Formats: sequence, structure tokens, C-alpha cells
Amino acid sequence: MEELKLKAKQLLAAGTVKVVIGYGTGTGDVRRPVFVRSADKVDDLVFDGSCTQNLATYLTKVEVRAMGRMAIVAVPSTLRSILQLAAEKQLREENVLALAMLDGSMKELAAFDAIEETVATIPDAISATDQAMMDKLTAMSVGERRAFWAAELNRCVKCYACRSSCPMCYCERCTMDCNRPQWIPVASHGIGNLEYHMVRAMHLAGRCVQCGTCGAACPIGIPVHLLTFFAEGTVRRQFGQKGGGSAKLDYAMSTFKPDDKEEFIR
Amino acid sequence: MTERYTVNESALGALVAAIANSGRRVLGPKKVAGRIDIGELTSFAELAKDGQSMVSAKGTVFPKVERLMKYRYAGKDVVLDDVEPGAAPTVLFGVRPCEAHAFAALDVVFNWDYKDKFFNTRLANTTVVAVACTQADESCFCTSVGSRPDDAAGSDILLSKLKSGGYMAEISTEKGKAVVALAKDVFQPLTGSADVVPAATVAPAFDAKALEQKLATKFDNPVWLEQSLRCLGCGACAYVCPTCVCFSIEDEADTRQGHRLRTWDSCGLRMFTLHASGHNPRDKQSQRWRQRVYHKFAYYPDRFKTLGCVGCGKCSRACPVDMNLKQHLAQAAQTP
Repeated sequence: MEELKLKAKQLLAAGTVKVVIGYGTGTGDVRRPVFVRSADKVDDLVFDGSCTQNLATYLTKVEVRAMGRMAIVAVPSTLRSILQLAAEKQLREENVLALAMLDGSMKELAAFDAIEETVATIPDAISATDQAMMDKLTAMSVGERRAFWAAELNRCVKCYACRSSCPMCYCERCTMDCNRPQWIPVASHGIGNLEYHMVRAMHLAGRCVQCGTCGAACPIGIPVHLLTFFAEGTVRRQFGQKGGGSAKLDYAMSTFKPDDKEEFIR
Repeated sequence: MTERYTVNESALGALVAAIANSGRRVLGPKKVAGRIDIGELTSFAELAKDGQSMVSAKGTVFPKVERLMKYRYAGKDVVLDDVEPGAAPTVLFGVRPCEAHAFAALDVVFNWDYKDKFFNTRLANTTVVAVACTQADESCFCTSVGSRPDDAAGSDILLSKLKSGGYMAEISTEKGKAVVALAKDVFQPLTGSADVVPAATVAPAFDAKALEQKLATKFDNPVWLEQSLRCLGCGACAYVCPTCVCFSIEDEADTRQGHRLRTWDSCGLRMFTLHASGHNPRDKQSQRWRQRVYHKFAYYPDRFKTLGCVGCGKCSRACPVDMNLKQHLAQAAQTP
């Protein structure tokens, strides 16, 4: 953590970056996002095992980008998000500096290549709790699974905390807010909730870095991250492509290859 | 004229049963899978006695989706079908005094220039049984907004825990008396004082009147940008809030028929003030965050002579990025 503060101090004092996006102490025991813009405020930064939220969502926030070059305290999922954002042309290499926090030490990563190399050495990790839940859901019959999600999604209030906290949901005009035509119902009834979450999972299939921030953000306690985990997992298995692996776009859902093994497409 | 009784802990189970038997549904904070939700209570034991629910109970009078009317084509004519509010008689059991207080803030809007039959019918059919707080957490700030952890305002019955076990019940309305009448044996008249467990200590964090005056001169202050940098612009705070009352109207229809719905809306969402022209007077999150603060702490007192916040802290607990309202308001109150 001291390494991080020292680096942040240097970067800000020299003007190399205009803001360090990191974690700070919040209410009680929580960690909250902080935006340090001067060298004398680096003590606002903390880093420990409670710093799990994926902060990459701020890399596309207008007010933050407007500050200038950004440094970001990066857990592995944040590094993956940076790559996916780069692949989707949402980030320029010169505008972001990753301060990767890995195994208790800090690594400065300026180039997307360097981030790719680092990410390749980090195993994908879904938490034991989440894996157990996914296994439980997979073992259910279709009817049981439908009942589970109907009950969970019935409680959804369409606050969009999931969408807002996700680094990959950066669209200024979300297709689900469109009303000409109205693709899905806006209202927070059963079908409105179900369709919203289904569409979001499909829009993230192949782009999701499985950080779980969406599920953590839900104020109602619905494990929405499991939906995107499943969608992403399916793409990885079926297509061998994944979200957050490379700064070059490799997106199964929108790529046609002439040597596609499926016959029906010919 | 407030009536006072004592109630044994064991008798409260009989009370809940009596209420349910009278055809009223009993809703209250209950533990479900490690959370506290507002759900159907079938026994007093099910009531979550520590903490508060993540979502508010406002859904009983102002649901997240409500059908207002239906319409259909009959030949060349359009037929409008009115919808009666589905207001099942309800007892909200075990909510906090802050929650009980909140209905007044909804009432001033729903009975402002138009008497909303949906809200009014539901409110008329809802009885509020609150439980005084003996504990608080870092998000609570009822004492900064003119209330207390043992405030009876807004409740039909207030239960306060007694040191010797059981509760003192303070009945302040006809609705409250009607509930007492369902289980007369449960309520023992109380004369003299009762040895209640002390109410939680909630140190005031700011002076709401002083804040209101301060806000009048701080509209263009950079503090709003500072405070809102981490805000994600979702609707979590507005939707868990017991006093947030903004709504949207949505039509769902096909070429033959449709219905008109009222749904919750949030000023924190970007599209809240988006005009059809494409112009958005609150295009930046700092403007939307400022609006939230001003609406509750400046515009509400100015227009309705009451605050638009009860200090429950649900917004702070629900926020994915810990936008602690109490902290923000204390900071705003001290802004030079």
C-alpha cells in the first residue's frame, strides 16, 4: 500500500497523470472509490482484501475522463476490463495507466501489451461461493431454474445499479432505454425485469470479465452476476473466446469467420 | 389523545395472528437469505428485530408498478376503463419510526394539487405499527432531520421495548385503536411511567435549518462535483428511499389495447430530465446529485414546510459506492 501511495504521489506531483482512481475508506468497514487529484491527498488511498469492486467503470465516466490522463488502482478484473475497453475502442493507451495490485505488490503497467502479458499469468477465478451457486443452478431442472430466477427477478426494482456499475455498460444510450421502438418494457414487473436481465446477459456474453461488481451493486441482493457469468462461460466453452483477454477485439457474438464450422451459415 | 398499554412478548404472536385472522395482511421487516426484506409476516418471531430493511415499506402505498387505467379500441371508438386501486387492508408491523415518519412526505405530493386516489386508498387501508430503535448504525441520522429513534409521529401504534421484557404500546390514532380492538387481551392498560430500554443514541450530524439556509447560496459551489464523482447515476438510493416520490408514466400497448402504468423514477438517472429535443438541463451527474440534496433539504421545506428526508440511512446502505448522505450533508453544511 505504501508503494502505491508513493507512486501516486510521484505521478501527481509530476503531472504525469491528472487523477488516481483508487479505493478509500468508507462508512464502517467498506471501501469506496476515491479520486485523488493532488499529491498531498494520496493518504486517502488504501488497499487491502476488501478492495474488490471493479473501478474500471470510471474510465468511461465523462467527468473523470475530462480531468486528463488517468491512473487506476487495478485488481485483476480491472486489468481485464481495461483490455476489453481498449478492444472496443473506448480507451486510448496514452490516457490510462494501470497500477496493478497483485499478490501484495504494485506493478505499473502503461502499455496494453504489458497488461495483456500480466493478465495472461493470472488464472481466471470465480469465488467458491459463486461457483457453488452456479453448480447448484446447473444441477436444477429447467423448471426449477425458471422458478428460482422468476422469484429473484420479481424483487428487482429496475434501479440499474447493475448496469451503472459495470465497466462494459458504457453506452450513452442503452438499447433498453429506447422507446422508439420499445424493445423491452420499462416497468419493473415480472416480464420487464426478466427481459432486461436477459438482454444484459446477452450483451455481455463474450465481453464480461466476471468481476461480480454488478451482483455486489444490487441493493436488493439479487445475484445478477451469475447471469452474466453463465453467458460469458458459455461463450468461452463454445467459441474459445473470452472477455478481457486481449486489447484486440475478439468478440464471438459479432464476428463472422469464413471457416466457421457451422454448416447452416453457408 | 395517546393511549398507553403494555404487551407481553409472548402475546405479540397472538396479536399478529389476530391481525391476520381479521383479513388484513401483515407486512414487515423479515430476514430472508441473510437480508432484511419487507415481506409477509405469519408470526412475531419472523420479524427482524435488529437493523432495518434494505428497501422501504413505501411499496405498500406507492408500488414500483401500478396500473392506472386500461384502454381499448371498440370499432372507431376508444374505450377507457378505470382501474380501482388494489388496496388490500394491511398492517405494516415492526417498521422503524423513521419509516413511519416518511408517509407524511409522500402525502404532501400525492395530495398537493391533485388528490391521488391510488395513494390515498392504499394509505387509508394501511396501519403502521412501528418499533422504537434501541440501536443505530453509522448511516442513521434521524436526529438531524427533526426526529428521534423513539418518535411516535406517523405511526398508529409505537412499540417500545421494556427493560423487564415485552413492550410499551402507544396508540395515537383511530386506526391504531382498531388494531388494539382485534386482540384486547393482549394490551394491558398502563398508568404511570414505563421502564423502557433507552432509545439509541444518534448524535446529530448537522442542523437541517442551517443547511437549508446554506443551500440557498451554494448552488454553483464545486462541492457537488466533488461529492458526486463516484456516483454511478443509478436509482438505488431513490428506490429504497421511503420519501422519494418521483414517478414515470409508461404506456404498454399493442394496436388493439393497452394500459397505463405508473412506475418509480429517479432524478439520479440521466434520462430523468432528458427532453424530446435532446437537451438535458441536468446532463452531468453533479447536477443530478445536487438536485437530490436540494429537493429534499431546500425545495421540500420551502414548498411543503417539511423535509423530504427522514434520516433512515437506507440510501447510504443501498448505494454501491457508499454515497453516505449523512456525511455529504454534514460536509455541505460546513462548506464555506
